[in-house]
Amino acid sequence: MKRFIGFIKKEFYHIFRDRRSLFILFGMPIAQILLFGFAITNEINNVDIAILDHSKDATTEEIINKISASKYFTIKQMIANEAEIEPAFKKGKIKAVLNFEKDFSKNLIKNQNATIQIITDATDPNTANSITNYINAILQNYRQSENKAIQIEYQIIPQTRMVYNPELKSVFMFVPGVMTIILMLVSAMMTSISITREKELGTMEILLVSPLKPFQVIIGKVVPYIFLSVINAIVIVVLSIFIFKMPVQGSLFLLGLESVLFIITSLALGILISTISKTQQAAMMISLMGLMLPVILLSGFIFPVSSMPVPLQIISNIIPAKWFIIILKGIMLKGVGMAFIWKETLILIGMTLFFTGLSVKKYKIRLE
Amino acid sequence: MREAENVIVADQLTKKFGDFTAVDAISFKVKKGEIFGFLGANGAGKTTAMKMLIGISKPSSGTATVAGFDVYTQTEAIKKNIGYMSQKFALYDDLTVKENITFFGGIYGLPRKKIKEKREELISQLGLENISNKLVGSLPLGWKQKLSFSVSLLHEPKIVFLDEPTGGVDPITRRHFWEMIYKAANQGTTIFVTTHYMDEAEYCDRVSIMVEGKIEALETPKKLKEQFNVASMNDVFLKLARNIE
Repeated sequence: MKRFIGFIKKEFYHIFRDRRSLFILFGMPIAQILLFGFAITNEINNVDIAILDHSKDATTEEIINKISASKYFTIKQMIANEAEIEPAFKKGKIKAVLNFEKDFSKNLIKNQNATIQIITDATDPNTANSITNYINAILQNYRQSENKAIQIEYQIIPQTRMVYNPELKSVFMFVPGVMTIILMLVSAMMTSISITREKELGTMEILLVSPLKPFQVIIGKVVPYIFLSVINAIVIVVLSIFIFKMPVQGSLFLLGLESVLFIITSLALGILISTISKTQQAAMMISLMGLMLPVILLSGFIFPVSSMPVPLQIISNIIPAKWFIIILKGIMLKGVGMAFIWKETLILIGMTLFFTGLSVKKYKIRLE
Repeated sequence: MREAENVIVADQLTKKFGDFTAVDAISFKVKKGEIFGFLGANGAGKTTAMKMLIGISKPSSGTATVAGFDVYTQTEAIKKNIGYMSQKFALYDDLTVKENITFFGGIYGLPRKKIKEKREELISQLGLENISNKLVGSLPLGWKQKLSFSVSLLHEPKIVFLDEPTGGVDPITRRHFWEMIYKAANQGTTIFVTTHYMDEAEYCDRVSIMVEGKIEALETPKKLKEQFNVASMNDVFLKLARNIE
């Protein structure tokens, strides 16, 4: 046990004396969470739009008022004719133009039918889409309030309610993803690099010739990173609660437990990577290309798994991050307990055992 | 005088990697306190043979005992009784001289008091008092090698295995290094050293020369030179290598 403590102490010296690893360990998580939280967002707020109103009657005025009253849009410009639409977009400020047809009110009463053209700047397709949706929602809302007065024989009124994230805050989606990426990166990449570093320097050989058993060497290398990853997880959760008002509906204890499980899964992956790579560089490349990209693209962090092509959906199942994100979202947003995430938890445990078993086998072959 | 005991005994020791025989049925004995030179060209199988003896590689066939322990079944006991220094400089550059000594003493399970004693002794012997709190990475290579050798002796092993310990070191430091080796040998430590500097071979009590996995010669340097009728170990080596071809 005393040998072991000496070993861990040495490992901390390595970490704290290397500025690069310190930065990856502590600078990056904070930078990432702030970056994703503030800079990357799917929400729209105070988007500048222009109005081209050919009728200028009571109805159009009412609709325009409703739109300008919402916090999503600011009416920047009134346009007189079609020829001015293009220049308005080209200046770059205006993201959408609403074009009311002539005799809007009259058509509505006579034909029960009037047209608004919504023209959006689709250089940024996501924003264009959101703008269209938001305007549609406002129009829908207006129509419903009008229809109350006039009785139509039957109608279907959809009542939508977004649960678990009613304000559709994108940061709620990013926090679990960023947390997953950071824990994965710190645990898998840093351990695989630190183990391969010993191989590269030749110190691994010295350690293997010493009375320390191989598994003691590996555990000694891994324990400091479990400790540091747990600190990281706490920092991320605290930041997201206090800065982004991220709710944690479920049990914090369960959240901690699942995080430790995922950290161990990632460490097992890191050990596996270190058994197949000879140099630090190789370990880093495998970690970045082999772990980061799939985590970002296939885990459901940014792109929903259910809308991927079937082959990719199948592949996504072997990515531990996918399951951890489901667990995190479940605990943080839905407030579920073990009863709802036992399957995902078992999958992570299974993967951990698999990676560990594989590393042990690889390790033995190397020693033969 | 009583015959000194054998601390390494290898008999028909063989290592195969698939079809390739890296070490081909080598047999030799090393006596206590002896400086045993293990020579051979690069790729002759020196390092592979050594790895079997220090218990990190399993032999394919043959038998061997190191410090009286079997290389198949008692590797743990072997590891406690040997020191090892590899051809790569293998202390931690980002740890200080003191921290390195403490760490390596620790993994060999020395008690804290003993480590402290040894540490002071070693630092004063090597004249490192002023820089004992400096990172090892900042020391010149020669000092690192000497420190590394001293660290491998920290737990007072019966046998020290040195794998090309003087690679890339200047002649004066090599001289100092060999003085340290002699001193350790005089205190009863057995030295098993691989090298391809033939002048160093002259310093050994006995040398074995490996060519393509086999031991082709095993004698004192003096007798080898007589046998091959040449002036230096370098010529012995060249003659031997040519004969094989």
